[in-house]
Amino acid sequence: MNAGPVNKQRRYFLIGATAAVGGVGMVGAAVPFVQAWLPSAKARAMGAPIRVDIAKLRPGEILGPIPAWRGQPVFIVNRAEATLAKLNVATAALADPDSENEAMQPEYARNAWRSRRPDIGVYLGLCTHLGCSPKYYGEVRPETFDANWQGGFFCPCHGSRFDLAGRVVKSVPAPDNLPVPPHFFESDNVVVIGQDGAAA
Amino acid sequence: MAEATVKRPGRWTRFMAWLDARMPVTETVEYHATKYYAPKNFNFWYYFGALAMVVLVIQLLSGIWLTMSYVPSGAGAFASVEYIMRDVEFGWLIRYMHSTGASAFFLVVYLHMFRALAYGSYRAPRELLWLIGMAIYLVLMAEGFFGYVLTWGNMSFWAAQVIVSLAGAIPIVGPELMEWVRGDYGMSEITLNRFFALHVVAVPLALVGLVFLHIVALHHVGSNNPDGIDIKQQKDAEGVPVDGIPFHPYYTVHDLQATVVFLFLFCLVLFYAPEMYGYFIEKPNFEEANPLKTPEHIAPVWYYTPFYAMLRATTFPLFGLSAKFWGLVVMAGAILIPAILPWLDRSPVRSIRYKGAWSKLMLGLLVASFIALGYLGTIPPSPGATVAAQLFTIVYFAYFLLMPWYSRIERVKPEPERVTR
Repeated sequence: MNAGPVNKQRRYFLIGATAAVGGVGMVGAAVPFVQAWLPSAKARAMGAPIRVDIAKLRPGEILGPIPAWRGQPVFIVNRAEATLAKLNVATAALADPDSENEAMQPEYARNAWRSRRPDIGVYLGLCTHLGCSPKYYGEVRPETFDANWQGGFFCPCHGSRFDLAGRVVKSVPAPDNLPVPPHFFESDNVVVIGQDGAAA
Repeated sequence: MAEATVKRPGRWTRFMAWLDARMPVTETVEYHATKYYAPKNFNFWYYFGALAMVVLVIQLLSGIWLTMSYVPSGAGAFASVEYIMRDVEFGWLIRYMHSTGASAFFLVVYLHMFRALAYGSYRAPRELLWLIGMAIYLVLMAEGFFGYVLTWGNMSFWAAQVIVSLAGAIPIVGPELMEWVRGDYGMSEITLNRFFALHVVAVPLALVGLVFLHIVALHHVGSNNPDGIDIKQQKDAEGVPVDGIPFHPYYTVHDLQATVVFLFLFCLVLFYAPEMYGYFIEKPNFEEANPLKTPEHIAPVWYYTPFYAMLRATTFPLFGLSAKFWGLVVMAGAILIPAILPWLDRSPVRSIRYKGAWSKLMLGLLVASFIALGYLGTIPPSPGATVAAQLFTIVYFAYFLLMPWYSRIERVKPEPERVTR
């Protein structure tokens, strides 16, 4: 037993060192608990690419939101020639007509139609506001939410509107265009969603 | 014959002495009940703290019983709720008790919080008590949300989708954070499972712990009262506040009577309108969760709608950040801002009874805007409703952010020495 005066400096150092090592240990122990919340191997496997047959998809029609990739509804729209021609006439009303936000589509879909193939548009059917699934209003006719409707998607939750290239209209709650998932055309009639594939 | 001058204590006394030597039983009962002196002028608004405790017990009890029959799996959750409703003996009653209890919990908590605003119960020395109360409110919101998802109806699913997507509004880490919260690329059974764990174990533990701290802090500083004056300033020869009465038996009996009235009203809802015409249990929730079918109109349960309306009302980007991000900021700000009230209120008096016209007007406007936003949050979006929600959002924040000025400049009435009425 040391009966001498307490060495306070040594005591504080030991307390500090013990707390620091203990703290590092706590952070280390937190790692498995935090990691356990990440998508599991099963969830990752379920998120594998899907193949969709679009042979029966005629111009003006939509496939979806039936095929779900990673549990997210996907829209596959076949846009007629006339629709494509009108798509870039009145772009002033759009928030991001030229797909400036690179995160919302792969590079090969950064074009006037936001698609890999002009006629076939592939979009995730989740509103970029809060993830509701917008509804397809493909026809050019006055709608209750827009008297001058040119066809596109309307989100019933908070009233966001998108055109037929999934581009968001200005001054609605949704900040961004509908995302284009990675995809490629395996053949004329089969689109693979979830993979970029070879350059088109 | 020798006279026994000292009578031997009775069995009960000896038993209590035995107990008290081993655990502070009598001391605790005296500290928290029989010698806890509460102001004698408590009115109607002082029932809701006790009632919140009653509802907590209802929720814990009915919740434990529901867990016995509920299956937290994607395929089994919705079916097991229907099983509880149809096949379990009295399952319908226990389930409706729990769902009605959730609404009752928020109702009494909102009234309890209004009481604190009106009588300045958040003012020094009760700041920590108020902060613990705010923490309880946040935890309660989380608990309500997780529980709402568990029924795995279509509205549960999509409401969860919307709420989890809020995390996605956070710049940079948003999308990864969303995946981490859900444990999947979209809402799925994995998400349901973790919400179940949070709803039945983690959050209730936190809730009960915080309620305990809330009471400990309350009994340390003493209860406020409708006059907002400190009853400890006036004590009798024995150090007992002259305007104080022991919590037990006076307020235990008082609160028991309120509990009976409350339970009567609770049962009216429970038996005659447990779904409250779609406000407590929304119609799309009678349909199983479907990731490919968004309900026509998504609205949260009524107790979240004021904040939901504020979220929706934020429609414009600012400083290069998206409207979605600012919506999250406004909503989170609206929920959290009452926490700083103790430092916003500069009035020389606590209670609304002695505050000036400005405070009365602003409190009235706050209540009106909260109710209006609550309504606006339940209806589908329209341009008119959005403008109205924006106005009410401004009024809501004005109550808090302008308080340092209006609470200081207004003319107040002098506080009495002793409690009135």
